[in-house]
Amino acid sequence: MSDEFKVEIVNPEKSFLSKEDATEVVVPAFEGEMGILKDHISIISFLKPGIITIQSKSGEEKFFAEDGIVEFKDNNLSILTSSIFNLKDADKNRIHELIKIAEEKTNNTEINDQMKYLIDQKIDVLKSIN
Amino acid sequence: MASLDDLKKRIASVKSTQKITKAMKMVAAAKLRKAQESAEKGRPYSEKMNNVILNLSTGISDKENAPKLLSGTGNEKVHLCVVMTSDRGLCGGFNSNIIKKAKSFFSKILDQGKELKIITVGSKGNDQLKRAYGDRIIENISFKESKNANYFDADKVGKKVIEKFEAGEFDVCTIFYNRFKNVITQIPQAQQIIPLNNDAEENTSDESYEFEPDEDEILTNLLPKNISTQIFKAMLENSASEQGSRMSAMDNATRNAGEMVDKLTIEYNRSRQAAITKELIEIISGAESL
Repeated sequence: MSDEFKVEIVNPEKSFLSKEDATEVVVPAFEGEMGILKDHISIISFLKPGIITIQSKSGEEKFFAEDGIVEFKDNNLSILTSSIFNLKDADKNRIHELIKIAEEKTNNTEINDQMKYLIDQKIDVLKSIN
Repeated sequence: MASLDDLKKRIASVKSTQKITKAMKMVAAAKLRKAQESAEKGRPYSEKMNNVILNLSTGISDKENAPKLLSGTGNEKVHLCVVMTSDRGLCGGFNSNIIKKAKSFFSKILDQGKELKIITVGSKGNDQLKRAYGDRIIENISFKESKNANYFDADKVGKKVIEKFEAGEFDVCTIFYNRFKNVITQIPQAQQIIPLNNDAEENTSDESYEFEPDEDEILTNLLPKNISTQIFKAMLENSASEQGSRMSAMDNATRNAGEMVDKLTIEYNRSRQAAITKELIEIISGAESL
C-alpha cells in the first residue's frame, strides 16, 4: 500500500480528476517524458502536447493534454492544464479536426521554431492515437 | 382621489410587474446555482496556480532579473484598471458597488498625480464610467454573446493586458470585481495582478523544488497564464455575484409589489364602500323628505 500517491488534474473550469491510489504517472514534460513514482523529489515542470498515463490499482488511464504545469510535492501530484481529454472518450472526428487545425498552423510561416516544434509534437501524438 | 377604475388599473399593472420580477428571481436562482458551482469548481485551479507561483517566487535565485510581470517595471506611474461588470442590468447594487470601489481608487490615483488607464469588461460598467472618465477608457470588452463565463474569454482579456504591458503602456494593473460571499453579500474587490502582490503569507515550507526547465523559464511561461487565470476567477466570481445580487434584488421587488397591491386593494375597497354608503345616504334622505 505504501507505493501509492495522490494525483489531481484540474482545469480552469473544474477539478477534472482526482485519484488517491496512483502508483505511477508518466507525464510528457517539456524536456522529455517523465515517470513519477512515490517519494519523487519536489518538482515543477511544464507539459508539452502528449499523453499522460496514470497507473493505479484500478488500472491504467490515458489522457491527452496540450499544455500545462505539473507540480509534485509531498506525494501530491497536481497537473494544471487548460486542455485535456480522456483518450477513451476521444472521438475520431474531433482528433481529425485538431490535426487539421494544427497542420494549418504549421503552414503558417510566421510562427517561431519553438511553436513549430510544439505543434509538430502535437500532430505526431494525435496521429499516433488515431 | 383616484377613481375606482384607475385604482383597478393600477392594481392590475402592479400585479403584472410582480409576475415579471418573480419570474426573474426564479431564473436568477437557477442560474445562480450553476454559476456558484462553477465558481467553486474553478477555485482549485487558481489556488494551485497561485501556490506554484508563490513557491517559485520565493525560490527564485536572481531577484534582480526576475520577469517584469512578477517584480514590476520599477516605477508606478501609469495604472491600468480593469473594471469587470455585468452586461445586464436589474441586479441591484451589483454594478454600482464595483463602480463605487473603482471610482474611489481612481481618485486616489489621480490625486497622487499618476496616470490612469481603464479597460472596462461588461457594458454596464462602461455606461457608468463613460461620463466621468470617458477619455481614460482605452478599451471596452463585452461578452454578450457568451452565455457563461469561460476560460477562452478570460484568456482574451488576459492576452490584451499582457500585450499592453509588454508595449510599456502601464506599470501597475488592478482588476475590480465582486467576490461572491453568499447570496446577499458580495464584496467588491480590488486585486493587483501586475506586478504580483507577494504580501500574502510567507511560504512556510522551505522545501526546495527541482525545476525543469529552470525557474526563469517556468516563470516567464507561467505568469501570463496566471493573469488569465486570475481574470477568469474574477469572471466566475462576478457571474455568481451578479446572479445572487439579481436574485435578492428581484426578491425585494416582488415583496414590495406585494405590499403595494395590498395597499391599493384596501384603498380600492374603501372607496368602493364609500361610494355605496354615499348612494345609500342619498336614497334614505330622499325617502325621508317625502
